[in-house]
Amino acid sequence: MTNLTTEKAEKSWRTICETTDLVKDSGISALIANSAGEDEQVAIFHIPNSEEKIYAVGNYDPIGQANVLYRGLVGCINDEPVVSSPLYKQHYSLKTGRCLQEEQTIAVYDIRIENEQVQLFY
Amino acid sequence: MSTDKQLLTKSNIVVVGNGMVGHHFVEEMAKNPNYQITVLSAESRLAYDRVHLSEYFAGKTADDLAMTTPEHYEELGVTFKTNAKVILIDKIVQYVTTESGETYHYDKLILATGSYPFVPPIPGKDQEHCLVYRTIDDLEDIAASAKESKVGVVIGGGLLGLEAANAIKQLGLQTHVVEFAPQLMGVQIDGGGGRLLREKIEDLGVQVHTSKATSVIEKGDTSRYKLCFSDDTELETDLILFSAGIRPYDNLAREFDLTLGERGGIVVNNQCQTSDENIYAIGECALWNNFIFGLVAPGYTMAKVAAKHIAGITSENGEIAAFTGADMSTKLKLMGVEVGSIGDAHGKTAGALTYTYENQPEGVYKKIVVSADKKNLLGAVLIGDTSDYDTLLQYMLNAIELPDSPEGLILPMAADKPTLGVDALPDTATICSCHNVTKGDIIASIDAGAMTVGDVKSCTKAGSGCGGCAALVKSVADNEFEKRGVEVKKDICEHFAYSRRELFDIVSVEKIKTFDELLEKHGRGLGCEICKPVAGSVLASVWNDYILKKPHLSLQDTNDTYLGNMQKDGTYSVVPRIAGGEITPDKLIVLGEVAKKYNLYTKITGGARVDLFGARVEQLPPIWKELVEAGFETGHAYGKSLRTVKSCVGSTWCRYGVQDSMSMAIDLEHRYKGLRAPHKIKFGVSGCTRECAEAQGKDIGIIATDNGWNLYVAGNGGMKPRHGDLFATDLDDETLVNYVDRILMFYVQTGDRLQRTSTWMDNLEGGLAYLQDVIIKDSLGINDVLETQMQSIVGTYQCEWKTTIEDPEALKRFQPFVNSDKSDSNIQFVTEREQIRPARGQEKIDVKVIDATKKEAIAEEA
Repeated sequence: MTNLTTEKAEKSWRTICETTDLVKDSGISALIANSAGEDEQVAIFHIPNSEEKIYAVGNYDPIGQANVLYRGLVGCINDEPVVSSPLYKQHYSLKTGRCLQEEQTIAVYDIRIENEQVQLFY
Repeated sequence: MSTDKQLLTKSNIVVVGNGMVGHHFVEEMAKNPNYQITVLSAESRLAYDRVHLSEYFAGKTADDLAMTTPEHYEELGVTFKTNAKVILIDKIVQYVTTESGETYHYDKLILATGSYPFVPPIPGKDQEHCLVYRTIDDLEDIAASAKESKVGVVIGGGLLGLEAANAIKQLGLQTHVVEFAPQLMGVQIDGGGGRLLREKIEDLGVQVHTSKATSVIEKGDTSRYKLCFSDDTELETDLILFSAGIRPYDNLAREFDLTLGERGGIVVNNQCQTSDENIYAIGECALWNNFIFGLVAPGYTMAKVAAKHIAGITSENGEIAAFTGADMSTKLKLMGVEVGSIGDAHGKTAGALTYTYENQPEGVYKKIVVSADKKNLLGAVLIGDTSDYDTLLQYMLNAIELPDSPEGLILPMAADKPTLGVDALPDTATICSCHNVTKGDIIASIDAGAMTVGDVKSCTKAGSGCGGCAALVKSVADNEFEKRGVEVKKDICEHFAYSRRELFDIVSVEKIKTFDELLEKHGRGLGCEICKPVAGSVLASVWNDYILKKPHLSLQDTNDTYLGNMQKDGTYSVVPRIAGGEITPDKLIVLGEVAKKYNLYTKITGGARVDLFGARVEQLPPIWKELVEAGFETGHAYGKSLRTVKSCVGSTWCRYGVQDSMSMAIDLEHRYKGLRAPHKIKFGVSGCTRECAEAQGKDIGIIATDNGWNLYVAGNGGMKPRHGDLFATDLDDETLVNYVDRILMFYVQTGDRLQRTSTWMDNLEGGLAYLQDVIIKDSLGINDVLETQMQSIVGTYQCEWKTTIEDPEALKRFQPFVNSDKSDSNIQFVTEREQIRPARGQEKIDVKVIDATKKEAIAEEA
């Protein structure tokens, strides 16, 4: 029960969940297998009032060293949509993955909603 | 001269007396390592605060009043002896001898022997219930005597006499004040002021008898004693307190030939040296310029001057420190009556002119004394309203030129009342006289980085003595901040240009129920991790909805969302409520069983309950389901809300308990559980004055008395400990709860984001007295509203965990992944002292290479 998939797959849009699974102005997490076949955790945020409405970034907080970012509060700093780490409160841009306070960057994923399906490109 | 030599032969300083002034000298002198200080005190206690002595009857203990401890003196390297009365001074060989025959050599001797209460030579004055009011021992005698007495008389209507009268009135005696002069407080205030003060004090039920000379104290007819006056009138009483002034304790000086004043007092020069250059006298035993200073501030100045002179410390331009007299202005509250006296209150200066304002219905009397040319203020008397005191004092001390119509300074509601801008004060102006802090000191503290009024207070100590200058300190500091362009901005974040308090008002007044609505009407952007929880807390306080209801869900910090405290590895702690720390064995067993089943690290907390650590998100609902079924409810350990009410076992079991603190603690904890506040709130309830529950270190502290409960507010432990302020005494259960309701709701409404009650109190303009006015006297007329709001919160309480586990929609949030049933493989534990703890970096096993069996062994699943 280590790897979700073992064969290396081509990247494509894959359905993660339904839109009803999303929580408005908050996050959920998903587990995917990356191109190397390893488990990867993704934090997905649904912010209907923002420009892109839905964002996906890595769930791992490189400063707090725990998989917790989906439990952070979302908002904006100077109009940049951000999530604030629930551990030590640093802000990560949901657009670029860049940490606004320290030299750290988290992964950013392409995400979209198609026919009420939440799809991630990986 | 080499420093080495100095260090080898430290000079011996012997200090006789350890009152407030003697102690101050020790602290000043100990700053210099070249001196070996020995303190000889005739009293059994080291220095304590005599200025606040009357608070002893309001619940303060000898420890509360203490100004130092043996440990502190040891740290300073000071040798001290208590019960060591000095009986001999040898000025030639330079040593002193104590009653027990020990001798101490001195290079410099400091006499800080203070004063004693003068007891007029009235026949019959030495009987058992004839007492004085000076030391803690005296107070103990008074309290003991009051238990066997119904009527008490204070002989002497000066400042101390009225304080003593207040004390025996608080002890429940029918109280009289007898004064020889035709008016009360003749030293500080004029006839007009004295008349009004008398009226006000009589309104409070204290009978005042002026122009009365007591000729003899006889056995009474209806009471224990009878005072017979020279005008052939009599007064029956059980207890007599003498407060007819003080006399310097100068007998040592008298016996060993130091120069004394005609009416006593050890004569000193500007450096506080007596007629022997190696002997100094400071404080109330010293006579400077034929005057004895009976206040503590001049005593402190003398202590500093003497210490500097001994150490040879001069000012930057080489001036020797000197005592050049002191301002004797005072502002105080006597039995709730405000009294202020500044400078030449009687207008004795040649050519002085006066302006008087009297408002009999309101009970206010104000007088100012100005120079013949009307340019300078010489003195003032204020009764019933001392709000002009600070301004008037600054006019006098700094010789600021008066406005054209000086009467405007004391007239009420004068539209063009001249205000003395703090800018007009010179840098040398004393702002806090207790700690001798000038305007310049406050500016220097801001230069050194103080960013708030609170910072200024803590680094300069300004406002921490009597507190009378608090408002002035704030305006000086704010003025300085403003000048530097430091905007005193209260906006909580970039999304709302409002403080928490303003948001509270907006939400209540406009009946706003959701964050989206608030953001749309009053904010901008998407919000952030600062304004969202504030809005969540305010909405919860005003409407008390279940906090995980959809519109509020995204506002909560993760701790509130998952109803647990997130730990460093992303797991949570589980803390059920154990009200007052009382738990049945059965429930305790349930906690143990649950902890064992889910392999949770278990610890007893400082708040007398049990923390279970290491629960994964997905384990929280099943854990809480078991706990709720066993009768537990959430402990709100995650919320900015009531945490615990710590209690001792109280009168039910304890031999010393005087009230049932346990029942009170449990009732209070259940009453206020779930209340959302600017920050966490802790209570303590102690069943007697031994204070085992450490209630004075809590936001709300309650200590049992023989007659009910004493209520303390705004205490704090943690980072910046603060003793709670005594808010009210001897309350019955109902009044106690009533006051706590109002105080908490007022805090919830007006506190800033993440502001504990201690800083809230420190920043409350007017401080404790203001809060008492609001809560007890309803000065803002909001008590009905506060009570209604609290009642609705108490009435709509729900256990958030119970609600959550019954709601399938809410439970979805506790799945670790939306698309998988796996657990987070990064959460790993190792064993330490037979329990789990989070694995550290190098202890973690890389999940990519881990096989299934191993992983299950480590990342323990339920």
